[in-house]
Amino acid sequence: MSAFIERGKGFFDSIGERLQGVNLRQNGIFLALIALVLFFAATTPNAASITPTNFSNLVVQNGYILVLAIGMVMVIIAGHIDLSVGSVAAFIGGVAGILTVRPLEQDGWDWLPALPWWAGIIGAILVGAIVGVWQGFWVAYVGIPAFIVTLAGMLLFRGMALLTLQNSNIGPFPDEFRAIGNGFLDKEKNFNTLIGFPIDYNLTALVVTVLGVVVLWIAVLRQRSGKIKYGQIVEPRTWFYIKNIILSAMVLYVGFQLSQANGIPITLIVLAVLIGAYTVVMNRTPFGRYIYAIGGNLHAAVLSGIDVRKVNFWLFVNMGALAALSGVLIAARMNSAVPKAGDGFELDAISSVFIGGAAVQGGVGTVTGSMIGGLIQGVLANGMNLNSVGIDIQMTIKGLVLLLAVAFDVWSKRRK
Amino acid sequence: MSNSILEMRSITKTFPGVVALDKVTLTVERGEIHAICGENGAGKSTLMKVLSGVYPFGTYSGDIVFENNIKKFSNIRDSEAEGIVIIHQELALSPYLSIAENIFLGNEIKTFGLIDWNKTNQEAAKLMARVGLEENPVTAIKDIGVGKQQLVEIAKALSKKVKLLILDEPTAALNDEDSAHLLDLLRHLKGQGITSIIISHKLNEIEAVADTTTIIRDGLAIESLHMKQDSVSQERIIKGMVGREMENRYPARNPEIGDEILRVEHWNTYHPIDRNRIVVDDISMNVRRGEIVGLAGIMGAGRTEFARSLFGHSYGTNITGKVFKSGKEIKVKTISEAIDNGLAYATEDRKRYGLNLIEDIKRNISLASLKSFVSKGLVNNNEEFKKASEYRDSMNIKAPSVLSITGQLSGGNQQKVVLSKWINVNPDVLILDEPTRGIDVGAKYEIYLIIQRLAAEGKGIIVISSELPELLGICDRIYAIAEGRITGEVLRKDATPELLMKYMTMEKGRS
Repeated sequence: MSAFIERGKGFFDSIGERLQGVNLRQNGIFLALIALVLFFAATTPNAASITPTNFSNLVVQNGYILVLAIGMVMVIIAGHIDLSVGSVAAFIGGVAGILTVRPLEQDGWDWLPALPWWAGIIGAILVGAIVGVWQGFWVAYVGIPAFIVTLAGMLLFRGMALLTLQNSNIGPFPDEFRAIGNGFLDKEKNFNTLIGFPIDYNLTALVVTVLGVVVLWIAVLRQRSGKIKYGQIVEPRTWFYIKNIILSAMVLYVGFQLSQANGIPITLIVLAVLIGAYTVVMNRTPFGRYIYAIGGNLHAAVLSGIDVRKVNFWLFVNMGALAALSGVLIAARMNSAVPKAGDGFELDAISSVFIGGAAVQGGVGTVTGSMIGGLIQGVLANGMNLNSVGIDIQMTIKGLVLLLAVAFDVWSKRRK
Repeated sequence: MSNSILEMRSITKTFPGVVALDKVTLTVERGEIHAICGENGAGKSTLMKVLSGVYPFGTYSGDIVFENNIKKFSNIRDSEAEGIVIIHQELALSPYLSIAENIFLGNEIKTFGLIDWNKTNQEAAKLMARVGLEENPVTAIKDIGVGKQQLVEIAKALSKKVKLLILDEPTAALNDEDSAHLLDLLRHLKGQGITSIIISHKLNEIEAVADTTTIIRDGLAIESLHMKQDSVSQERIIKGMVGREMENRYPARNPEIGDEILRVEHWNTYHPIDRNRIVVDDISMNVRRGEIVGLAGIMGAGRTEFARSLFGHSYGTNITGKVFKSGKEIKVKTISEAIDNGLAYATEDRKRYGLNLIEDIKRNISLASLKSFVSKGLVNNNEEFKKASEYRDSMNIKAPSVLSITGQLSGGNQQKVVLSKWINVNPDVLILDEPTRGIDVGAKYEIYLIIQRLAAEGKGIIVISSELPELLGICDRIYAIAEGRITGEVLRKDATPELLMKYMTMEKGRS
């Protein structure tokens, strides 16, 4: 019986109220990520894990998983799952190849002109959305569990990938297309030359990083002052500043490192925009709120007038489009569309989401949490590679990390 | 003292920020039926969880003395081994297993490590006879009613050689007949020397069955009343529970009834699976502005089914009939259509159908009216917080903040969240299905005041309730429903429990 007895208000309440603003779970995995980075900085030979190039690699190697994880966390919050995203990414890689490279003239596709790179990307994402329409139709309007629909999709779209690619590869892609997976912002340091800035540091990268930090501060300060104006409980002031100063320092550090390598990867820009946009979608739009409501209590959501089928449908369309984007990133990075691309990526994306604090039953989870979950996996794999840990041990550890992260979640909930 | 089977001495249990039990002392005599009463959140369930080992020894202070020995239970198995069995409000039965399997679940009758099914079914049949359950032991739980399921739980307790049986709100989900049967059974078990503790909100049942009543209020044991010696009345118990004399359980009011706001004509609904079975049979009714209209009926009469089919066809198939609002026909085919047309329906089962229990108060209140908080495509979280806080104050929702998780609130406070949610869609007609189910007397009074306030604002209110005194206490007009049909319509001044009961039990052939 956990009713609130008003007269019992005292010491404990004030602490409770103070802690209320502090999200322990979210901060916990964030700290785990920092600890992991520090651990590998100390253990890898020549501190190879914190070299500028390695930071750059981390981003581009994990970008496509993180893009998948954004869509996946939404699907999981609503109480579904999507096992097909790896296959869809491979299929879309093939579609992008046909649209932009067009090697299949001999097979009756010769009517199709090679599209410019941007039209190829848009086309590929549209086809991904159509894949989502297909899966969303079965889940939302026919009522088949997403596990089944996407398990079928996993086979179906792997088959489509093989069909599209005629069991071979398509490539190479145009340079502009490749840039989205492999390129950097102002790699040639034109901005440096223009201003006459020392050539050791990519000035564009530094400026973009500082801008990013400024935007971050504006966002968190505005949110905080808005809450205070409305008399809401906020995080304690010192904690708020400590947290965001640490966060900014980390962003600046990463930006500084990247400026010493090739600059900011285009993938990172794409990711940052997606993370910002989807955080807003999940917290501030009715669509996002309905996703949480559906996952939290489906019956209550239905009786509140929410068109659950419509929300579920668009959820899968969205997932399809993001899986397509992920497929484009993979193809761009490998400079080739291959039928085996994205194999097992659905499991990496799902792990990221659960490490990031989402609940298996649905109703709980955040985009940023999933990103941290994805980075934990990425840093772990990267650090172990640099330490020459074999794939056998790597898989074992990845499995244990997923299990322990969720176990920690279960324990901390039980203690309450 | 030596005759007492159980003594809980000075039990104190705290949760972060809340003292749930404050030096509570409880003495239960051997062979009695001991009732525990108290408002929701008073600490009754916590006390029983301490007793049964759900909160293990060490997490509370004080002593549990059972059969003259101090016991230190660390889990439910420990307390069950001593013969203390608790039956929770939500029954712990497995729907697809048989009655016999459920009775011996976790306690199987085995020979050489394999389950002896013949013996299991035979023993189950004996236990079922003791509780008066006439069913085949191999029948699946899902195929018997809630009342019978409750009996299975008791049979299960008997199989564990129960000495002290604890029942938490055993009749909350039962109809009158099943309730009466259950109370008879408790008396019968008492004759066999089994002591019972019963937690209940239904004071007439306590009056009928209990030997002693202990009242708990705000985590304190207020008093223990000997029901027969002191000839304790319901009013006396209420006084102890709320800490004040409550002369009238229903607030007085002068209804100001205006024009007709909702009229339903020839409403028919069929069962969603058994499509030939008519559930709502040609119901026509109306509500006027400022009027509180009751729907009376025994469980399964079709009251909820009528309300839900009306509310955006959220129940049933092949629904026909017409709905008029202020004389103009409206469509209510989907829930959002119904809401847009000014209807709201607050469910009878707030945990399953009403609330997202893992979400905070604020988001629950705003869910049905989220669009009203949107500007430029984005939800204004701060306005939402402000609005929810206003409801917290005006509805007296007891929680430190609207960011508190609704699953942690007491039943009465959860119900206020549900009401806030529906008031915020600004409906013209509110259908309240069992608005005071499972909540305590004090909170009920508050809910009645809220209902009256809404009526005074000119809304039409439809109240569905299984408690006749409640309908008689707050409604201006009452429809009786039996077997999906309206069998009677009475004004408040003409209504008596006897008259309503007559209509409610009217069978089809007889009218």
